[in-house]
Amino acid sequence: MEWDWAFVREIMPTLLEGVKITILATILGSALAAVLGLGIALLRRSPNRIVSRTVGFLAEFIRGTPLLVQLYFIFYVLPDFGLLLPPLTAGVIGLGLHYGTYAAEVYRAGIDNVPRGQWEAAKACNLSAGQTWTHIILPQALPPMIPALANYFIAMFKETPLLSAITVLELMNQAKSVANTYYRYIEPITLVGAFFLVISLFSVVLLRWLERRYGKVER
Amino acid sequence: MAAPIIKIDAISKSFGAFKVLDGLSMQVMPGEKLALIGPSGSGKTTILRILMTLERIDGGHIEVEGEQLYHMQREGALVPASERHLTRMRQKIGMVFQLFNLFPHKCVLDNITLAPMLTKGMARAAAEKRAMELLDMVGLADKAKAMPAQLSGGQKQRVAIARALALSPKIMLFDEVTSALDPELVDEVLNVMRKLAAETDMTMLLVTHEMGFAHDFADRVLFFDRGKIVEEGKPDDIFRHPKQERTQSFLKKIIAAGHRV
Repeated sequence: MEWDWAFVREIMPTLLEGVKITILATILGSALAAVLGLGIALLRRSPNRIVSRTVGFLAEFIRGTPLLVQLYFIFYVLPDFGLLLPPLTAGVIGLGLHYGTYAAEVYRAGIDNVPRGQWEAAKACNLSAGQTWTHIILPQALPPMIPALANYFIAMFKETPLLSAITVLELMNQAKSVANTYYRYIEPITLVGAFFLVISLFSVVLLRWLERRYGKVER
Repeated sequence: MAAPIIKIDAISKSFGAFKVLDGLSMQVMPGEKLALIGPSGSGKTTILRILMTLERIDGGHIEVEGEQLYHMQREGALVPASERHLTRMRQKIGMVFQLFNLFPHKCVLDNITLAPMLTKGMARAAAEKRAMELLDMVGLADKAKAMPAQLSGGQKQRVAIARALALSPKIMLFDEVTSALDPELVDEVLNVMRKLAAETDMTMLLVTHEMGFAHDFADRVLFFDRGKIVEEGKPDDIFRHPKQERTQSFLKKIIAAGHRV
């Protein structure tokens, strides 16, 4: 089989549509994971045992089951309970939920790395619990964890082809559909790999920059 | 005679199986400068931490300015204090730590203005004006925009003192504030504290291994061992003529270790 540049030109617009959806799903999924992760990390520290245990168990459960199964559950099983979600929404929720549990571990480590003296100084300054979190703890905990979070979001990006299983028209799904239409696989699938490689490499450069910028704190 | 500003009544505190304080009672008069000395693990730092509400007590009562610290009156009975009550009581007390604990992500000025603005609703301009006066007092007015990481240990500790003063506490707690400093930086911090003692009528409690400073600074010295006050009295009596055998052997060891008396 020969590489056909004319075919590449023909399918390129369709694949670019897929790239857009892939990037959109990654960005929305990352944003959701970042917020959910923080929520999970904070709730797991709740002095209320029932809250911290329940959230902890749910997070372990989500992390311990495959993303593909979760996506099927959200898209194909939830409608049986009356919740019918559009494919992209279901996909973003799946990615955000799954990676949110990983992000929560990053947050946990970042928060634990803030020395105990900072909590004590905040208390001696008579700050409330909320003020201590927003003005003292999180501003110190967040910057060092940005590289680790970004790492997970790059991993998430490379897992977005799973969304094709729930009919999201992301890059892999678009490539499959053109391939199935023309019975030519070499160009679409190679291009999918190339797109992922280029975007990943670009992201790694960004990650290195983030590490230099935020990786270490001065004390 | 005036009423004591701090009244500690039979408090106890354990860390796991280790009983740090066992039925300790003591009183502090308004404006008094108190030095707490003794071997490590004797409970002196724990007392400061309990007064700052960084540790809870297992039993007993503490009154600050005639009000219960860890309890409050409700329908005629004493009940455990609410977070709101603790917040109100904490306004009376400030603390300076051994390891400074400055907020590393905020410049010197913001370290000092943060709490007055957040907890007292002070306007930025007023908070900054007060902060500059305090920085001037500790001799660091030119470092207002510096980040903590750019300061020496002595400078950090002077900023930490200014930060605690910014909330105008009635009682200041100093927990081994020179222990983490290089020897040549100790005096700049002690000088600030001398100035503070001379210029204000704040009540000051000081845990220290600087016996010479404790001698000059304190109105009263308390020697602690195993969670109990073994001996207390005027600095001259404790340092020159200790009566208890344990006090004598502690002071001997401290002098042998090269601390100035």
